[in-house]
Amino acid sequence: MENFVQLIYFVTAFLFILGLKRMSSPNTARSGVVWAGVAMVAATLVTFFVPGLHNQGLMILAIVIGTVVAWIAAKRVQMTDMPQMVAIYNGMGGGAAGAIAAVELLRGEFGEAQGLKLLAILGALIGSVSFTGSLIAFAKLQGLMSSRPIQFPAQKLVNAAVGVGALLLALLVLFTQSGPLILVFFLLALGFGVLMTLPIGGGDMPVVISLYNAFTGLAVGFEGFAIGNAALIVAGTVVGAAGTLLTLLMAKAMNRSLWSVLVGGFGVEQDSGEVKGSLKPIDLEDAAVMLAYASRVIFVPGYGMAVAQAQHKLRELADVLESKGIEVKFAIHPVAGRMPGHMNVLLAEAGVAYEKLYDLEDINPEFPQADVAVVIGANDVVNPAARRQGSPLYGMPILEVDKAKNAIVIKRGQGKGFAGVENELFYADNTRMLYGDAQQVLGHLVQSLKKL
Amino acid sequence: MDSTWAALYIFLLAAFTGYEVISRVPVILHTPLMSGSNFIHGIVVVGAMVVLGHAETPLEQAIGFFGVILGAANAAGGYAVTERMLEMFERKPKGGQ
Repeated sequence: MENFVQLIYFVTAFLFILGLKRMSSPNTARSGVVWAGVAMVAATLVTFFVPGLHNQGLMILAIVIGTVVAWIAAKRVQMTDMPQMVAIYNGMGGGAAGAIAAVELLRGEFGEAQGLKLLAILGALIGSVSFTGSLIAFAKLQGLMSSRPIQFPAQKLVNAAVGVGALLLALLVLFTQSGPLILVFFLLALGFGVLMTLPIGGGDMPVVISLYNAFTGLAVGFEGFAIGNAALIVAGTVVGAAGTLLTLLMAKAMNRSLWSVLVGGFGVEQDSGEVKGSLKPIDLEDAAVMLAYASRVIFVPGYGMAVAQAQHKLRELADVLESKGIEVKFAIHPVAGRMPGHMNVLLAEAGVAYEKLYDLEDINPEFPQADVAVVIGANDVVNPAARRQGSPLYGMPILEVDKAKNAIVIKRGQGKGFAGVENELFYADNTRMLYGDAQQVLGHLVQSLKKL
Repeated sequence: MDSTWAALYIFLLAAFTGYEVISRVPVILHTPLMSGSNFIHGIVVVGAMVVLGHAETPLEQAIGFFGVILGAANAAGGYAVTERMLEMFERKPKGGQ
C-alpha cells in the first residue's frame, strides 16, 4: 500500500509541473489546470490509504466543509473580485501549513532531528505570515477596511521588533520543548503578517498577494520536509520558486522594486508640483457627437470599469462605433485594474476580440493619430506625471492618452488614483470629464450614438 | 546518501523547475498563473490529513481538523477561481463577433 501511495504522489508531482507548464501559455492554460485538478483529487483520495492513520471521519468532515464553502464562494463571486479570492485561498494554504507545524511541534515529533525541526519552524513562520497577511490583503481589496496604507507612529520600529521577536522565539522553540513558547511564537508570527501588510496600499496589493503566494508555497515545501511527504516538497517548492519569479515580474511591470512595495506607504507622499488648468466637464450628448465624428477611437479601461461591471456596455459601444466605420482599439496597461491581465480577462468575458487588445508598447505610438481616447475608470496608468522626476509615479510606464487629439475621461467622481497623485491628464486642454457610473454612462452613449 | 540529502536535492531541482516553467510568460497570464500556483500549493491538504490522521489529543485533533479545512478550501477555491479565469481565454481565437 505504501508503495501505491507513493506512486500516486509521484504522478501528482509530475502532473502539477505539467499543469503549471501548460498554464503558462494561453492556448493550453485551460487543460493545465484540469490536469493539476485531477492530480489533486487523486492525491487526496490516496491519502486515506496511508497506513496507520485514524480520524478518517474527521478528515472527511473537514474536507467537505472546506471544499463546499470555498467552491460555492469562488463560483458566486464576481470576476472583478477574483484578486481578493486568490488572496484569501492563498492565506488558507499558509494557515494549513502553520497548523501542520503546530501539531508536529506540540507533539515533539522531531526528537533529535534538529534540521527537520528547523524546517518545520521556518515553514510555520512563513505560513503564518502568509495567513494573516493574506487576510489583511483580502480585507483591503474587499473593502472591509481602507485600502489606503495604514500608518502609525514608530511603525517601522514596532514591525521590526515583532519580526525580530518572532525570529528569537523561533530559535527558543528550536532548542526547547514548551507549549507556551510555541504559542507565543505563533502569535508573534501571525501578528507580524498583519503588521507587515497594513502599510501597503491597495495599488501594490497584486505584488503582495503574489509574494504571499510564493510564501505559502515555500511553507508547504518546508512542512513537506518536516512530515516526509515528497508531494508537498515538490509542489510547494515549485510554487515557491515560480511565485517568487512571478512576484518579481509583476513588480517590474509596475516599475516598483519589491523592497519599496514592502516598506509600504506608497500613496501617502505629499503631492509634488502644481497642476495647471481646470477640469472641464462634458455632457453625454456632446461626448456621443465627438465619438460619432471620430475615425479612430482608443478605449483605455481601468479598475473603474471593473468595479462598475461596465465591460459588456463597453463592448456594445465599440460595436456601435465599428458599425459606423470607426476604427476601435483597446489599450491595455500591464497593471490596469488590480492585477496584471485583469482587463484582458474582463474584456474577453464580454466578448471583445483578442486582436483588438493592444499592449502598452504597441498602442502608445498610435495615440497621436487617435481622434478620441476614452479613459474608463483608469487613473494612475494614464497620468503624465509619471514622466516627471520627483513625482511619486515617476518611472512608471503609462499609456500616452495625453497625446491623443481629444480625451474623454469617464470617472465616478473627482477622487485621486491609488497613488494619491493629482492626474495632470484630467486638467489638460483637450481632455473632457464625463462624470458618472461607467456602466450607465456607456449605456447612455450607446443609446445616443444609435440615434445619431 | 541519507534521505535528508536526497530531499535537499529534490528541493533544489524543484526550485529550478518552478523558475524555468514560469519564465517568459506573457503578462496577461500573470494573474491566472498566480491563481493556478495558488491552487497547486493546496496540496497542503494532504499534509494536514496525515497530521490529523496521527493526532491523539483533542488539541492536536482540533488543530489538524482546522488545518484540513483550510487546506481543502485552498485547493477547492483555488481550482474554481483558476478555472473561471481560464474559461475567459477559451473563446479567444475568434471571440466576440
